[in-house]
Amino acid sequence: MEQSNENLPTEKMALNVGPAHPATHGALRFFVELDGETITKASTEIGYLHRAFEKHSEHSTWSQVIPYTDRLNYCSSLLNNVGYCFAVEKLLEIEIPERAKFIRVIVSELARIMDHLICVSTSAVDLGGLTNFWYFFNVREKIYDFTEKLCGARLTTNYTRIGGVMRDLSPDFADGIRGVLKDLDKAILDVTRLIERNRIFMDRTQNVGILSKEDAISWGFTGPCLRATGVPYDVRKAQPYYYYDTYDFEIPVGTTGDTYDRLMIRVEEMRQSAKIIEQALARIPGGPVISNDPKIALPPKERVYGSIEGLMNHFMLLIDGIKPPKGEVYGAIEAANGELGFYIVSDGEQRPYRIHCRPPCFPICSAFVKMVEGGMIADAIAVLGSLNIVVGELDR
Amino acid sequence: MILEKLQGRFAPEILASHQDKGDLTVIVRKDKLAEILDYLKNDPDLSFEMLMDVCGVDYLPKGEKPRFEAVYHLYSLTKNHRLRLRVKVAEEDMTIPSACNLWKSADWHEREAFDMFGFIFEGHPNLKRLLLFEGFVGHPLRKDYPMERRQKIPVPEEKPS
Repeated sequence: MEQSNENLPTEKMALNVGPAHPATHGALRFFVELDGETITKASTEIGYLHRAFEKHSEHSTWSQVIPYTDRLNYCSSLLNNVGYCFAVEKLLEIEIPERAKFIRVIVSELARIMDHLICVSTSAVDLGGLTNFWYFFNVREKIYDFTEKLCGARLTTNYTRIGGVMRDLSPDFADGIRGVLKDLDKAILDVTRLIERNRIFMDRTQNVGILSKEDAISWGFTGPCLRATGVPYDVRKAQPYYYYDTYDFEIPVGTTGDTYDRLMIRVEEMRQSAKIIEQALARIPGGPVISNDPKIALPPKERVYGSIEGLMNHFMLLIDGIKPPKGEVYGAIEAANGELGFYIVSDGEQRPYRIHCRPPCFPICSAFVKMVEGGMIADAIAVLGSLNIVVGELDR
Repeated sequence: MILEKLQGRFAPEILASHQDKGDLTVIVRKDKLAEILDYLKNDPDLSFEMLMDVCGVDYLPKGEKPRFEAVYHLYSLTKNHRLRLRVKVAEEDMTIPSACNLWKSADWHEREAFDMFGFIFEGHPNLKRLLLFEGFVGHPLRKDYPMERRQKIPVPEEKPS
């Protein structure tokens, strides 16, 4: 006999999630209208973490913007530093020293790994699997130790400079990171063994929050969320920068575009990033890590205190700042969530005339409503975790 | 190639174009913008399937007329090329045809541009503030909005206990 709930008296319920809810991973709010446990309608409200990044940038010098970029995607601040400086250097039409390029690749991939570690492990926590979280956060902590050695900070790295990077790698960096990558490999193995063929995890994530290829493209998806639908778009391959075309790495793509694919692609991407780091550590040349152009980069301290030219260069750069030529650029790199673009307009002055940041999770978040409507309320949490919405870059 | 195709079809609409620092920029007239965007998306040789970004720029201190510009960044997955499209928007007439029927990503990008600059995207299904709260006065990324200005965040009235 078929059972039907049709005759049961039900009424729709409105439910508010956030802005301070553990599953939103930040100050994000969404409302759902529920029929039983099924979402009939949803809407998102963002802006709780709006810090006027773009307005502030217009009132800062070109170098003063770099610390603000730390706060965009705070899970992978190094990548934001690289993204902003990449765009400004494109505007300046300068080449940074070879060693700086390799360092930027290494820190970018480390930041990508850290971001994916957070996304996958916290998603699993939302679904009730806490163990993965400890396996991954152990490794993340070890990477943070090296970030701290590199730039003195864990989250707000402020590591790159226009024309290069702030400081060279420490002597024990290469060996230390190789050790961390081994730990990462082990952690990934531990976690995939726990979740990859786990019935509960698969039931909660497979065929949940599916977005078709066409829809994902139309919604402006980039990064792992787009690749989960089967589109192999990655800025590192499509428009290579910093010799990414010479590294041997794969772009993992999914088949169905569901939550499971989005998370598993991130796991695979971590392996590929580790591969890139190993190659970069083997290939990295010696030499300076920042441009020696006195109009762009501060001279080394010995020259500031030891020569009049150095002192003057230092003074002029601090008082006048960098003055890029008039023009506009759009510089895009592959951040952990997808394409991170900076549209910069310069009027030739010491402050940017306009900076617009295209955060990768902004278009992704806009599709969240469409992905959860018709599904269950518990699935909405699973979908939200797999999209990896970082409110710092969403609201800017 | 992109520029030639556009010039072949919309020659009178193109005000200027330049290839600078590897980026192709085309400045077009506003009235035919919807048609141009449609052409850019659907022409098989151009096929800009992705609208990466929409943002505004205010040229008030430069004394430019018209004062505003809306900037579109397009990307083609199949052809792997990019295009920046700019339209001039006058302060007296802030309307721009919406691209929501072409790209779903236009929804939030246009809402943000409305929020920050006050562009009125005609045909947008839900043109509300996105990052700022309802009741915010003015558009903060305009150059005449002072950075120091603070506005009171409206709080819901307390219920009598």
